Amino acid sequence: MTTTLPAYDEVVARYEPVIGLETHVELGTNTKMWCGCPTDFGGEPNTRVCPVCLGLPGSLPVANKAAIEATVRIGLALNCSIAQWCRFARKNYFYPDMPKNFQISQYDEPLCFDGYLDVEVNGELVRIGIERVHLEEDTGKTLHVGGATGRIHGATESLVDYNRAGIPLVEIVTKPIPGTGALAPEVARAYVTELRDVIRSLGVSDVRMEEGSLRCDVNTSLNLPGEEWGTRTETKNVNSLRSVERAVRSEMLRQAAVLGAGGRITQETRHFHEDTGDTTPGRSKETATDYRYFPEPDLVPLAPDPAWVAELKAALPELPRLHRRRLQEAWGLSDADMQSVLNAGAVELIEATVAAGATPAAARKWWLGELSRRANETGVELADIGATPAQVAELQGLVDAGKLNDKLARTVLEGVVTGEGSPTEIMTARGLEVVSDTGALTAAVDEAIAANPAIADKVRSGKVAAAGALVGAVMKTTRGQADAQTVRTLILERLGAQG
Amino acid sequence: MTDVTAMTATQIAGLVATGAASAVEVTQAHLDRIAAVDGRVNAFLHVDTEGALAAARDIDARRAAGEELGPLAGVPVAVKDVLTTKGVPTTVGSKILEGWRPPYDSTIVERLRAAGTVMLGKTNMDEFAMGSSTEYSAYGPSRNPWDTDRIPGGSGGGSAAALAAYEAPLAIGSDTGGSIRQPGAVTGTVGAKPTYGGTSRYGLVAFSSSLDTPGPCARTVLDAALLHAAIGGHDPRDSTSIPAPVPDVVAAAKLGATGDLSGVRLGIVTEFGGEGAEPGVMATFREAVDTLTKLGAEIVEISCPHFRYALPAYYLIAPSECSSNLARFDGVRFGLRTGDDGNRSLEEVMSLTREAGFGPEVKRRIMLGTYALSSGYYDAYYGQAQKVRTLITRDFTAAFERVDALISPTTPFVAFPLGARTSDPYQMYLADLFTIPSNLYGGPGISVPCGLSEGLPVGLQVMAPTMADDRMYRVAAALESAVGTFTPPAL
Repeated sequence: MTTTLPAYDEVVARYEPVIGLETHVELGTNTKMWCGCPTDFGGEPNTRVCPVCLGLPGSLPVANKAAIEATVRIGLALNCSIAQWCRFARKNYFYPDMPKNFQISQYDEPLCFDGYLDVEVNGELVRIGIERVHLEEDTGKTLHVGGATGRIHGATESLVDYNRAGIPLVEIVTKPIPGTGALAPEVARAYVTELRDVIRSLGVSDVRMEEGSLRCDVNTSLNLPGEEWGTRTETKNVNSLRSVERAVRSEMLRQAAVLGAGGRITQETRHFHEDTGDTTPGRSKETATDYRYFPEPDLVPLAPDPAWVAELKAALPELPRLHRRRLQEAWGLSDADMQSVLNAGAVELIEATVAAGATPAAARKWWLGELSRRANETGVELADIGATPAQVAELQGLVDAGKLNDKLARTVLEGVVTGEGSPTEIMTARGLEVVSDTGALTAAVDEAIAANPAIADKVRSGKVAAAGALVGAVMKTTRGQADAQTVRTLILERLGAQG
Repeated sequence: MTDVTAMTATQIAGLVATGAASAVEVTQAHLDRIAAVDGRVNAFLHVDTEGALAAARDIDARRAAGEELGPLAGVPVAVKDVLTTKGVPTTVGSKILEGWRPPYDSTIVERLRAAGTVMLGKTNMDEFAMGSSTEYSAYGPSRNPWDTDRIPGGSGGGSAAALAAYEAPLAIGSDTGGSIRQPGAVTGTVGAKPTYGGTSRYGLVAFSSSLDTPGPCARTVLDAALLHAAIGGHDPRDSTSIPAPVPDVVAAAKLGATGDLSGVRLGIVTEFGGEGAEPGVMATFREAVDTLTKLGAEIVEISCPHFRYALPAYYLIAPSECSSNLARFDGVRFGLRTGDDGNRSLEEVMSLTREAGFGPEVKRRIMLGTYALSSGYYDAYYGQAQKVRTLITRDFTAAFERVDALISPTTPFVAFPLGARTSDPYQMYLADLFTIPSNLYGGPGISVPCGLSEGLPVGLQVMAPTMADDRMYRVAAALESAVGTFTPPAL
């Protein structure tokens, strides 16, 4: 379809978006939800399985207490009420990656419900309502072989790996979020970012979108001001924070184009494409499966002891947002500076770099400067750029020790990012260390003075600024491997001038 | 040595314990009996000759080494084909699992091994335990040793027939709506459904999860109690398993065998007062009630007004759960796969597999349950049935404030001829009219032979409160001490 999309400004001037997010988080428990199989990512297909997670006849589930605890903690961190009594339910549908052909989930009795999460967008707090937080099991993975698309249609063979089947999965559903206007894409991204940070701070999941331990579905609709909310679409395959923002924006533009042409939005699942940044239709929800939910008879109801819940609540860590406020003060940043740190996704990276010995200013300089630039250029998350906070701190240590100057440090950092090794290793291997042998440097200085007698005279006569040209000449002969400040001092000494 | 196959489990265990007979001899005698008569009875779907003899040799070796063995060591047992047995075929009476050898043992089978019993093989059953005659088995019906033209009850007809034909002294059944008790009644044997959660369902191929209860079958009440004690108790692999010890059912059976029921109050359910039951069954039951009175029991009549809704409620709850439980039989991971010729889609293969693998009664119940759970009908069917279940539980609770146990005929009719009820599902469903309430409530029930009607056995059911399984054993053992056991004509 080659419909021309309207301009974003026009879309938000005409329509009001309502968004909603459903997030799935794989818990980092040692064992699966209903059995003792390990949960580690990877592994040869179908090696982390047993009669229970393969759904063999006669097998029965037993709930993993650690997963229930993790879910309650997530609920508490999201200001939810915790159910005093609730049940698991079966969601029935046939699909080969689901061993029992039903998923044990929760239906009308979620473990946690009615909470909120405050997120900051452009320095303003936006309160996102949380509808529910519930616990369910993950499915296996299907690999379709022989088709052009890698999807089931057209495939000649399908292979299933049940290693992931039965890993505990927490689903977090927001209430509909109206009233965000042009900021809707940013609010969506800020929410998922904040949610990820909260869950990470609880230590219950590694929440890595690229490995699928954090997955996000984005609901979007548009309506004219004063009218009822529009028909929503659900966008899947949104696999990065950046994609969350892009998916909302793309879907707003698409829907506006359809509506603008007098069309009607179909309630459907859409598939987001990372490469093109747009969405294509998936299965239509209008012919949706009837899941025939009913209470799971193989499990007893959950009735969390209120005293235990109170204990968990008291032991919650500091919320990331408050933690950031504290860091901002410690780092002495303005709101605007902190916002740019946040936008770059650099808070934890800077924090870790400072913890590894760098000053806040230096840490911020590297992460927001060189590294952010590279991340933007290559389209990866800053955290996945290839440099660790420890390496950045080590690099700054070399600068502080006078072994690298700023320019050399950038070259070394490039080596770090491309995986050549640690900063010290790269500096040594590539011979990038600052020429600090004063004998060699003095010789280079003398050479530069001899080669530029007119400039040398100017400096001798007190025109200190003219020394810059001599410094440049020395840097040239040392191929940049000298410390400019040291060179300048040496020149002024040689010429008897005062810096 | 006298014929060990005619002995009770208690007697056989005594022989093995004293060394008067080896477990291998006992096992071989039963294998021989199976070889001699099972062609006419069809109680077994699979006889594990090698496994049984190996287990027996192990018991003999352990006894020879002076090891302390349990009260059932060396006693052969037949296991209903609904329980998984590691490496031994488990079909649930269905074509869809033909040839499947599970990679794991059910908890019940594990405990049978731990108790030193010797598993002879797997017994016939209605497919997925849905039926009351074994006529819905995909492998042909079992036959009643009292009259091989008649049904042995179901779904656990194979286990009951094996006992009545002296092919095994002990057997395991599973009871979802009466599948242990009704076969016991029509074969003149004893069958007990424990309290739900009192025996583990781990490895029991599910029909209806909230009702399925594995339990003991035997020819005497004491043997059933010994088997119950061996297999019962908490299992951490079954979330619905009750974390409490099994009541002392063996002591209760021994107490009952003294024939004294003074101080025991028994209730006759008004709603089971003859409607739908054969006159001969009711007459035999009333004679048994007189016997119980003579033993000292006080008999009162008790109304349980909601029992009349038990059958319809059951036929919504059980099919609903079965429609979900049986979804996993799709040809993808195990069992039958049909139509996978490289040209058909996954959905087509799943559909063809289920079409070919399930029999008509299983399909009927899957369709019933799928409908009852579907959006827009849930409240009217499944939801309403759960409310009825609560009311039936209240009837039981109220009754047990007045009496120690309830009694009734186990089933409305004696063993019927093969084919008599297969054309009308409802006529078949009526076989469980008196047994279903206990399943909906979760309490224990036992069927004990109480006499003959027209030469065929009649069972009396004793229903007790949850976790008071001992009470029913006491009453059943007392009745047994007065009326004796019943032996079918020679095969």
